Amino acid sequence: MGRIFETALYPYSRSPDQDAATPARHRVVIVGAGPVGLAAAIDLATQGIEVVVLDENDRVSWGSRAICFAKRPLEILDRLGAGQRMVDKGVLWNLGKVFFGDRQVYDFNLLPEAGHRRPAFINLQQYHFENLLCERLFELQAKGAPVELRGGNRVASVTEQEFGMELEVETPQGSYRLQADWVIACDGAGSPVRKMMGLDFVGRVFEDNFLIADVVMDGDFPTERWFWFDPPFNRGQSALLHKQPDGVWRIDLQLGWNIDREAAVKPENVIPRLREMLGDEVKFELEWVSVYTFQCRRMEKFRHGRVIFAGDSAHQVSPFGARGANSGLQDVDNLCWKLALVAEGKAPESLLDSYDAERVQGAEENILNSTRSTDFITPKTEVSRLFRDAVLDLSEAHEFARPLVNSGRLSVPCIHDASALNGPDALPGAPARTRPGAPCADAPLGAGFLLDRLGNDFVLLTIDAEAPERIEAGPIAARRLALRTADDATGALAARYLGGAGQGVYLIRPDQIVAARWAGFEQTAVQAALRRATGGE
Amino acid sequence: MAELITTPNLPDPDGFYEELLAAHDGLSKAESDALNARLILLLANHIGDRRALSQALTAARRVGSEAGSKAP
Ligand SMILES: Cc1cc2nc3c(=O)[nH]c(=O)nc-3n(C[C@H](O)[C@H](O)[C@H](O)COP(=O)(O)OP(=O)(O)OC[C@H]3O[C@@H](n4cnc5c(N)ncnc54)[C@H](O)[C@@H]3O)c2cc1C
Repeated sequence: MGRIFETALYPYSRSPDQDAATPARHRVVIVGAGPVGLAAAIDLATQGIEVVVLDENDRVSWGSRAICFAKRPLEILDRLGAGQRMVDKGVLWNLGKVFFGDRQVYDFNLLPEAGHRRPAFINLQQYHFENLLCERLFELQAKGAPVELRGGNRVASVTEQEFGMELEVETPQGSYRLQADWVIACDGAGSPVRKMMGLDFVGRVFEDNFLIADVVMDGDFPTERWFWFDPPFNRGQSALLHKQPDGVWRIDLQLGWNIDREAAVKPENVIPRLREMLGDEVKFELEWVSVYTFQCRRMEKFRHGRVIFAGDSAHQVSPFGARGANSGLQDVDNLCWKLALVAEGKAPESLLDSYDAERVQGAEENILNSTRSTDFITPKTEVSRLFRDAVLDLSEAHEFARPLVNSGRLSVPCIHDASALNGPDALPGAPARTRPGAPCADAPLGAGFLLDRLGNDFVLLTIDAEAPERIEAGPIAARRLALRTADDATGALAARYLGGAGQGVYLIRPDQIVAARWAGFEQTAVQAALRRATGGE
Repeated sequence: MAELITTPNLPDPDGFYEELLAAHDGLSKAESDALNARLILLLANHIGDRRALSQALTAARRVGSEAGSKAP
């Protein structure tokens, strides 16, 4: 059996569109079948929106890429029906160790809060991640969902026409034209679509090279994240060791700026370095070795008329803090229900501008966090190194210094406090974590979990409060989810949604973000919030 | 949050100053710089007040008596 990353999962095959007399028209065309494009296709197909995905390639991604997937993206994948298989395959970890020079300065436990279905993080190779998304997409397709994935289809041009967008697509059998009401550009950091449209992608390049190696080894290293500052085997630089499934370990070695990149990846140079790091007894084999430089940059706007950018095409971060694919999945989560409503004429096009506002906010937060991590890990001035080393020195004996150590911050979703979609926060005594604009916090619910009961449509969550089973505002409807604190065995639901309040009513968006909350149900208030959350006045 | 105290607040100024210099005794320039960095971090944590710390950073960027003028 070939390895996943060598297998053509969706080989080119001729589409009837290629023989159509006039260009075929599709609701949504997604350019790129990376993690973001695949997730978007699954999301739209789940909602019954017809979608075609085009990728110039026909297989999962090549080389060392994403490994850490955070809790919120896993929750999104649950909504898409792909979460469990990721967690089953992934490696769970909670423990981390920090080394400075030749000594361990401290260790930490992520200690995730109890009462959530998903852990803080799993580690999983991006090729497995994409493979499992493909699997889910094919499952939906087999059940008749309106989704198609075309390999060997390279988008060569995208032009705006009166009716929507027209794309020129190149295939091994020549090129053809396609029309689309909407295009989602998920074509990665180098985004050809972005370039075709002449749009900027500005930010900061970090003047540093990283050797990223995935090695297969039987070494009995524990399932922990080990991070070294200035280790003996990589003086003046940093290093990371992290476990992935199938006995594969991710190793990051900072190399500095003025290096010979070609020489750095040669096995005869890589192997002695890794030997020094792992010890002489450990047997290992190289799976991938590459040298990366990292950047933090984003587009000014993610929506350009009928073309919407999501994932790396819209924003790129350094990998410290694992925010690339993770934030791309949050783009998808935010975008797809909005696009579905707009495509079906149930909401005004302006609803899509809230995608832009909310996800630009997310990108800004991610860029800020990963820039800060990168500055800590790779100090660029004498004084920044001085303070960095002082923090690390102090962290061994003094607990206070540990929160200052920044080897990548846990990726957590942002809270859209200023979103135009938010309705009233009118539940006095309720905790801030579930205020309008925040993603819903999970909580145990009988044998299952709260988040499994939310998402894909609007939900009116009532806790010990009365409300009708269904409420409508024009074409938009919300279904009620009636819960009682009497059934809340762990008390987590009450703690996360009521706090000091006796009862509560929450309006929750299809992406599981709180739109509004009140102390009791009032028809006109809920209808107004529903209209507001869907781009109305 | 508190304001940065910029009026005399140290009970034993001469004694403190002596102790501060003594802490650097026998250190190289690099070691002294490192000590200062650790000291700033320890004190910042002790102060724990973001407003007072921001004011201290601003005040420290000023040179001489240019009160109120912008840091370089
Ligand atoms: C070393 C490293 C470590 C990382 N670690 C993490 C991590 O731990 N966690 C995390 O969340 N992220 C991580 N990332 C980031 C993550 O890999 C990316 O954010 C993610 O792959 C972005 O997905 P995407 O779908 O937007 O783009 P891509 O994965 O780049 O996919 C783009 C797709 O578009 C296709 N395409 C391009 N042009 C065309 C065209 N003209 N026509 C048709 N198809 C086209 C390509 O073939 C490709 O399939 C890491 C990245 C690196 C390099």
